[in-house]
Amino acid sequence: MTNDQIKQAILQIISVIAPDEDLTHVKSDVPLRDQLELDSMDFLDIVMELRKRYSVEVPEADYGHLASLDSCMAYLAPKLKDK
Amino acid sequence: MNNHRRIVITGIGLTSPNGNTLAEYRANLLKGVSGVVWFETRYMGKVLAGVCTYDPLKYQMKKEVRRGTRAGSISIYCCQEAVAYAKLDFHALDKNRVGVYLGVTEHGNVETENEIYNLSQFNYDTKFWSHHHNPRTVANSPAGEVTLNMGITGPHYTIGAACAAGNAGVIQGVQMLLLDEVDVALAGGVSESIRTFGIFASFASQGALASHHDPTKASRPFDRDRNGIVCSEGGCVFVLERLDHAEARGARIYGEIVGYHMNSDASDFVLPNAQRHVECMQAALKRAGIAPQDIDIVSTHATATPLGDIQECQALRTVFADCPKTHFNNTKSFIGHAMGAAGALELAGNLPAFDDGIVHPTINVDHLDPQCEIPNLVLNTPKKLPRVDYLLNNSSGMLGINSVVIVKRV
Repeated sequence: MTNDQIKQAILQIISVIAPDEDLTHVKSDVPLRDQLELDSMDFLDIVMELRKRYSVEVPEADYGHLASLDSCMAYLAPKLKDK
Repeated sequence: MNNHRRIVITGIGLTSPNGNTLAEYRANLLKGVSGVVWFETRYMGKVLAGVCTYDPLKYQMKKEVRRGTRAGSISIYCCQEAVAYAKLDFHALDKNRVGVYLGVTEHGNVETENEIYNLSQFNYDTKFWSHHHNPRTVANSPAGEVTLNMGITGPHYTIGAACAAGNAGVIQGVQMLLLDEVDVALAGGVSESIRTFGIFASFASQGALASHHDPTKASRPFDRDRNGIVCSEGGCVFVLERLDHAEARGARIYGEIVGYHMNSDASDFVLPNAQRHVECMQAALKRAGIAPQDIDIVSTHATATPLGDIQECQALRTVFADCPKTHFNNTKSFIGHAMGAAGALELAGNLPAFDDGIVHPTINVDHLDPQCEIPNLVLNTPKKLPRVDYLLNNSSGMLGINSVVIVKRV
């Protein structure tokens, strides 16, 4: 997956988890929780969806890498490069 | 009696398979409109069920609906509607003094079955089990969702009482008001049971699941050709207050809860016990300080099982042996068996009789079972009475649990 595909994949997951949010203006370099109403249960949902959809495991110690779209792309790119 | 010790109904919020407001529900009960439809369920295909059509987004965000449970969503809808109906200035209320008491037949089956199905899609690897499972299945969940949605900081819990639960929720609310634990009780019952196949499959295995080619004719208590239960979802919540509290804010009062009782059969897991029904009704009448002859309408529990209906009729004939003005009806014939919501919905559907004097009928009785004959059983068309002063609402459930609520016109 390219970085842009990863970004779209994360946004698609968030659109399901937080269906009331407008995602059209989400900034890649700003933490998602600073822009959207997301709590710890939502982040666990993102982890679960990555597991279900892409067989990607995100260990608890790495949750911080999912903070923004940019950090998601940087962290997930190696894991999703063959997907 | 001291008005601080009198508990009154000042609001009603509900969703039933044939109405999402009391007015719509009552109109359909008087018009003979059933709410039973064909309903797709996992593993079993189409089954007969009562399905609610309220709009969850009237009071919830999409995220709340996704994260919570169907029972929680129904509870929120009913509580919000009840508060609006009561014209309570909710923002001005001390939320520490509001309690939420909801009867449930069960809770967690739907969410657990969904998770197991989800797990089956991942070769039963438990790392795919949702972190939402525990908060969705704790037994207080439906009532807790209400407190989250409405910012209520008083007590909340559910009352697990099988199909006697709707009345049990109301009784709990009454008791907490009498104990001065709260000033406003949101009390009633809810059910999401149809959202998993289990309840249908279990009743089918028990030989107690209704079948009929016409869904609207499937739920037929007291009819000779009845063949079982139609499972339904739904909810009904009453705003209960002490009379002095209600009068101080100029509330309209829809009835006073003057009697109630609960007891146990202690005789069988599933079969009802007529004698314990009798004792439960008699104890409620005693608490109300009235005689059986004073009751104008008895809302029966009958679920359309061959044996259960007969047992209840036996009990009713005993208690109301010499009561020429007492009339009997049944709401499940319209909406099926709404489980934890049943008792509360059945009470709500009869409350307008205090205003219009009409007993809604029991529908779908083409051939009355001789063993279910009771004088003044109102069949198929409504009946106008000169005046309605007292309602008695009868409920019972598995493991032998009975609950009775008596409401007086104010």
